[in-house]
Amino acid sequence: MTSATARRFRRLSPDRVKELILLGIIVGSVVVFGSFVDGYLSGRFFNRVTTSVVIVAILAAAQALVIFSRNIDLSVGSTVGVSAYLTADFLTANTWANPVVAMIIAMAVGAVLGSLNGLLVAYGRVPAIIVTLGTLAIFRTLISLYSGGANVLAGDLPDWVLGFNNLTVLSIAGFDLRLVFVIAVAVVVILQWALRRLRVGRRLYAIGSNPEAARQAGLAAPRLIMVSFVGAGALAGLAGFMFMVRAGTISATAGSGLELESVAAAVVGGVSIFGGSGTMFGAFLGAILIDTLELSLVRVPEVSEFWRDAALGILILLAVILDATLQRRFTRRLTREVRGPDATDQQSSDRSLSSVVGGGPVDE
Amino acid sequence: MVVLAITIVINVLLSPFYFGVDNFINLFWLSNEKIIVVVIMTFVIISGEIDLSVASVMGFSAAVMATVHQTGSFPLVVAILAGLGAGAIAGLLQGWVITRFALPSLVVTLAGLIGFRGAARVILEDESVGDFPAWFDAMGQQTLLGPLPVALVIFFVGLALAWITLERGAFGRKVYVIGNNADVARFSGVAVDSVKLRLFVTSGLVAGLAGILFAARLGSVRGSLAEFFELDIITMVLLGGVSIFGGSGTMFGVALAVFTVLNIRNGLGLANVDGIIQTGVIGVLLIASVLLPNLARRLGQVSARRRATAQAPP
Repeated sequence: MTSATARRFRRLSPDRVKELILLGIIVGSVVVFGSFVDGYLSGRFFNRVTTSVVIVAILAAAQALVIFSRNIDLSVGSTVGVSAYLTADFLTANTWANPVVAMIIAMAVGAVLGSLNGLLVAYGRVPAIIVTLGTLAIFRTLISLYSGGANVLAGDLPDWVLGFNNLTVLSIAGFDLRLVFVIAVAVVVILQWALRRLRVGRRLYAIGSNPEAARQAGLAAPRLIMVSFVGAGALAGLAGFMFMVRAGTISATAGSGLELESVAAAVVGGVSIFGGSGTMFGAFLGAILIDTLELSLVRVPEVSEFWRDAALGILILLAVILDATLQRRFTRRLTREVRGPDATDQQSSDRSLSSVVGGGPVDE
Repeated sequence: MVVLAITIVINVLLSPFYFGVDNFINLFWLSNEKIIVVVIMTFVIISGEIDLSVASVMGFSAAVMATVHQTGSFPLVVAILAGLGAGAIAGLLQGWVITRFALPSLVVTLAGLIGFRGAARVILEDESVGDFPAWFDAMGQQTLLGPLPVALVIFFVGLALAWITLERGAFGRKVYVIGNNADVARFSGVAVDSVKLRLFVTSGLVAGLAGILFAARLGSVRGSLAEFFELDIITMVLLGGVSIFGGSGTMFGVALAVFTVLNIRNGLGLANVDGIIQTGVIGVLLIASVLLPNLARRLGQVSARRRATAQAPP
């Protein structure tokens, strides 16, 4: 790399670099897979990926929102289940409702659930990991009680529900731009813009980056954390809507296990689990990368389908190692630029759980 | 502790047979193997880390053991050792990555959770491996010491050893210090990375043991063995008063929490309450166990402040 290119590269923020790397890996893997899998670079595959990634992509954005402020939300999977079930249930009784109404209901349900999380974390001062571990179970219990074991059947839902997933905005040579995908992209873009431009967004990052300093600077942490959890809940609700249009029949176990996928996607997308860094767009790309790899591996006949999870685990590991090394190198470079060539990086080696789990009482 | 007393009272009211030895054993029935892992998880969390992968390692070790056994060319004992080794290696791998790259254990063990579950599925695919020699099944189901099955004996022995190590031994002191402040520990000369590595290896090994015992009890191994157990395990540790931030907690507290959770599950189960709802109750308990002391403390502060301003001259 020439010094001119290096300088230009250095001017890019770490977040941009991470996003570009992710984009590069996605494109790269598509090229690699395309070369030895038949029919890979087809519209059908593109459509498959774009529709299947929607749920996890929205959840990754939700998770990122919470992780930025150094918290975590393990209850998103249960929130998806609750909102999917309740929305579907509502629709069977009110078949006049159109998609917009349904989306609003789903998001409202999610927001309510998210506010419980927010209350406990922000005002109850209970660490997010504990709260959401508990609400993961509690929400699931609530919907289990509500459903009484009965499923909401696809046949009872209004006709538009089942076709919603296939609605296409634009179609070029077999490559469809599905509506659900457009919605997901729109959500990510809006959130990315909001976090960058609005003061609320920057404060959220600040809390995650250094809670103590944020507190002394007078940032209203509880309110911001509350907002992030309510927002994450609303997003999870939207994901519940997406789940409903995808699945049709909803059971009380809908959405189980999605929380881990959402954290994985966010982490792969460069969102640091310590908070304070990473972007919405990165989380979105993380979700796409994971989904692309999963669906691609399935198409390679030599690789058994059971490799999916094992490969995913390795991927996450690599992503985190890469992210950590990048982070360290940038910090070192920044420190040197600010303090001069003899500066050392005085990083705390305390990577223990306490700096990750977040939400704990600062005045302990 | 209060909760435990209440649950015991409720249980006694529900059934006159509560104090029988049989029921005592029955209490543990569902969770024999889980609670063995709870013991090591206590150490891990006190040191400020977490291991989300334990349930997957349980499945992974069982899968390794089952496959080695299936080849027919090795005695079962070798297969079991292979399974234990697999567990230890799993722990070693994660521990190494965590200490070498200074990565958060939450993420690394999350990758482990997904990865090792996947590995178990790669090994076993969709099959279920059974057909173990009689003594293996017996080990899982029969009793060893008096009326106690093998797994329970291991649990109690492990609990005692853990208590001694944690609260009386030098190693235990190091674990607490590391949990409190890893940097301070390092500057005080504690080999932080070495301790953490050892903890993760032990975690993997114990998970492997638990997985194999579970397989012995079930009589067969599938790729989904012990799926989702990790939440229960972590909940039991946290309920026992161990701070998620590390640095505090007692083995006694955890033992009480284990007993409490088992009581609740047992009692609710007898009352025909669904498993999912049981988990919900435990979830409420978990949150309450941290929330209530917090609120109590805040109320105490508020009233103290009010008293102070009342006494101060206007």
